[in-house]
Amino acid sequence: MSTTLATRPANGTDCAPVLRERGQREVFCGLTGIVWLHRKMQDAFFLVVGSRTCAHLLQSAAGVMIFAEPRFATAIIEERDLAGMADCNEELDRVVDRLLARRPEIKTLFLVGSCPSEVIKLDLAKASQRLAAKHAPDVRILNYSGSGIETTFTEGEDACLASLVPEMPASDAADPKELLIVGSLPDIVEDQFLRTFEELGIDRVGCLPARRADDLPAVGPNTRYLLAQPFLGDTAQALEDRGAVRLDALFPFGAEGTTSWLKAAADEFGVDEMHFNSVVAPGRERAKRALAHHKERLEGRRIFFMPDSQLEVPLARFLATELGMNPIEVGTPYLHKTHLEQELALLPAETRISEGQDVDKQLDRVREAQPNLTVCGLGLANPLEAEGLSTKWAIELVFSPIHGFDQAGDLAELFARPLRRRDVLRV
Amino acid sequence: MQLAVWTYEGPPHVGAMRVATGMENVHYVLHAPQGDTYADLLFTMIERRDQRPPVTYTTFQARDLGSDTATLFQAAARDAYARFEPQAMLVGASCTAELIQDDPAGLAEAMGLPIPVVPLELPSYQRKENWGASETFYQLVRQLADQSVTPSAKEGRRPAANLLGPTALGFRHRDDVLEIERLLEKLGIDVNIVAPMGATPADIAQIGAADFNILLYPEIGDEAARWLERTFKQPVVRTVPIGVGATRDFIAEVAEIADVDPAPAMAEDGSRMPWWSRSIDSTYLTGKRVFIFGDATHAVAAARVAHEELGFKVCGLGCYNREFAREVRAAAKLYDVEPLITDDHLAVEEAIAEAQPELVLGTQMERHIAKRLGVPCAVISAPVHVQDFPARHSPQMGFEGANVLFDSWVHPLVMGLEEHLLTMFRDDFEFSDEAGASHLGPGHAAPPAASNDEAPAATGEAAAIAWAEDAERELKKIPFFVRGKARRNTELFASEQGRATIDLETLYDAKAHYAR
Repeated sequence: MSTTLATRPANGTDCAPVLRERGQREVFCGLTGIVWLHRKMQDAFFLVVGSRTCAHLLQSAAGVMIFAEPRFATAIIEERDLAGMADCNEELDRVVDRLLARRPEIKTLFLVGSCPSEVIKLDLAKASQRLAAKHAPDVRILNYSGSGIETTFTEGEDACLASLVPEMPASDAADPKELLIVGSLPDIVEDQFLRTFEELGIDRVGCLPARRADDLPAVGPNTRYLLAQPFLGDTAQALEDRGAVRLDALFPFGAEGTTSWLKAAADEFGVDEMHFNSVVAPGRERAKRALAHHKERLEGRRIFFMPDSQLEVPLARFLATELGMNPIEVGTPYLHKTHLEQELALLPAETRISEGQDVDKQLDRVREAQPNLTVCGLGLANPLEAEGLSTKWAIELVFSPIHGFDQAGDLAELFARPLRRRDVLRV
Repeated sequence: MQLAVWTYEGPPHVGAMRVATGMENVHYVLHAPQGDTYADLLFTMIERRDQRPPVTYTTFQARDLGSDTATLFQAAARDAYARFEPQAMLVGASCTAELIQDDPAGLAEAMGLPIPVVPLELPSYQRKENWGASETFYQLVRQLADQSVTPSAKEGRRPAANLLGPTALGFRHRDDVLEIERLLEKLGIDVNIVAPMGATPADIAQIGAADFNILLYPEIGDEAARWLERTFKQPVVRTVPIGVGATRDFIAEVAEIADVDPAPAMAEDGSRMPWWSRSIDSTYLTGKRVFIFGDATHAVAAARVAHEELGFKVCGLGCYNREFAREVRAAAKLYDVEPLITDDHLAVEEAIAEAQPELVLGTQMERHIAKRLGVPCAVISAPVHVQDFPARHSPQMGFEGANVLFDSWVHPLVMGLEEHLLTMFRDDFEFSDEAGASHLGPGHAAPPAASNDEAPAATGEAAAIAWAEDAERELKKIPFFVRGKARRNTELFASEQGRATIDLETLYDAKAHYAR
């Protein structure tokens, strides 16, 4: 509904304006992150305190009901809970008691705030304190908000990880330097990175989130952290409040992004240049070989990103610099300029960056631009395909392993496949 | 607060979306935060619609609360009207907006849009999806129906009916409507309008031109049908034509109300189901225990088909929508089972495990439960899944619908001849119980001995009864898919007879006792 232009604060060489829009947003809320977070932290349970809509969202976003009893659920607020707050808290305690009695293997319980719980000002911080006192030391009880009035899609993970930071044990400035990888990655990718750091000679490496939520790494002034995901603004702030220092790099997508990301750590930890090159070269070469398969199909193609996961800017950089694609517009729900500074500088100058969304206006721009590929949410993909435009579901980029050298080819494949499909179909 | 892992129904505004999306030239302005837009993907992905649902979400954020959410609503409504130019607009709130009490109805009225605006009050903390669809359809009909429109003189024209209830995202609504239209054509009856699916607001205005209404989906259309009955004196056909018997009853009811000859439709062209069911290869279906759960209408209809037309034994019957619990209770009495009225899928899972059925007819939720229990299953009701929108014509209603029911319920079962072969080969060294039944596909190994299916009944005194070694060995010779039942029956028999140990004698006494 409202559109404003502001200066794009890249590194000074590029001052193309950022298009800021407000209006209908076609994005998930932060609750959706539970779908992958509960798979990542195998001893944690996520209890959304919300409405039937929240439960329905999780069920629809999870797509299929595959788990007998997944490690998430919704405490659905009902009419009588709205009548009095005291009752509401009592009800919540009852639900949590019942849940923990049934699932004794749960070590960390996240109470997740939603739009309704925020609006009725149900204080989940207080509730988690109250419940923690009751269930300690068996269960740690934390809270964060995944509400749509405050968080967009991946910001739910940011809020969740930020809630873990105060729980991390403290390390000391005098302790040896430690590396922390921040952002949930599929286990296979995390293991690849851990192997590479080991080969580089960086042996004190932690991950946030840890696979077991009660297995948190320490943090302190000796911590150097690398963001594995571009949507972790609050988590980064919380880490810095505890003295940790961010290593600035490209995000680890593609051969170049991954090299830059590893290099930032190598430099900080004093890894010899020759050694770095010898460790990184094989993976980097493999990535380049894998990308070469897709370059022919993608080079020169025009791509339009609708805002979704905040992965848009680094992915557009990867597609532009390593595959020769031409990003027309890169939409993101929120533009974290500091974390993306290096990324933004590498985007072609004519690329339009947009922040926020007015979906109908943005769709008008898609139709006008007629891109070869539009990256968008599931609600928009089929309607655009029906108009003759090729699309890539953005959510697949969040659910698939795409980071690192050995996934670079898979990442390119995700963009190439819709175009290849269009070429092979004769119906 | 209710602890929910999976839900059978969405919130009521999703029901309103199903009505709006099914119709043409309607737009729904929904006061809602970002994130509620997830509902769009139900339509574009599950139903594979090629257009976005006609819904504008106001997308308010935390910082808007207490300041200008009302302005935001009006701006969204104004933009939506300008862009989409609908014939009518629905306005309402989702669960969060309901709490901030902006009064979309009043705000929209104050805007003076030049089209009918239908305000929806859908209490999100009390009601659910089906109710929301029903209320939305009722409000639309009440506000848009032109009360001066009545049927023309009967002479020289065919009778005309409205088909009420089909929506977007309905279980086989698309195909059912086609099937019923064909039946009506054979009877020489015109369709005035189908609504909500496919109707425009202008069509709804003409709803009074029909002589009577046919209520296909009571969950969605009953409220509107009753209002039309009162207001336009249109009689309502309430038989839901699922199954051969119900289709015949439906034709008879329609023919009587429309005063036409039922014979042309009764001729049953293409109805293979009765003969398929009588064919001797179907003998093995006799008395198969079937557990049925779904929305009330589909569950009750399925129970009749299972009992009367396939010769199954209904061993469980229930529904998730309390609004129609009465119908399910009445049907449960017919089949002498305890009705299960719940929207807690864990309770349904327990009931299914307890009943030890040989076939489950349910929703996607029961499909997953049945998969875990290693029991065959067919889906008969919403909530829907992408697989419930097949490319081929696949109705549930009418004679062709009955054919579809036969195929889709019988194919998941181990077939009669296959049962004999399994018995013949059970001692063959290459035959392994653990391989499971081929028709269930890979990943459906027979449940290991410790699973639910075979574990001794854990209830009451039965648990205390011991199995003699020879009886246990004999039990293992029974094919795995009936072994659980044999064990349970034997234990029940032994406890009734007061026998402390089950030996070979007891096993065969029990077999004789339960012989059917």
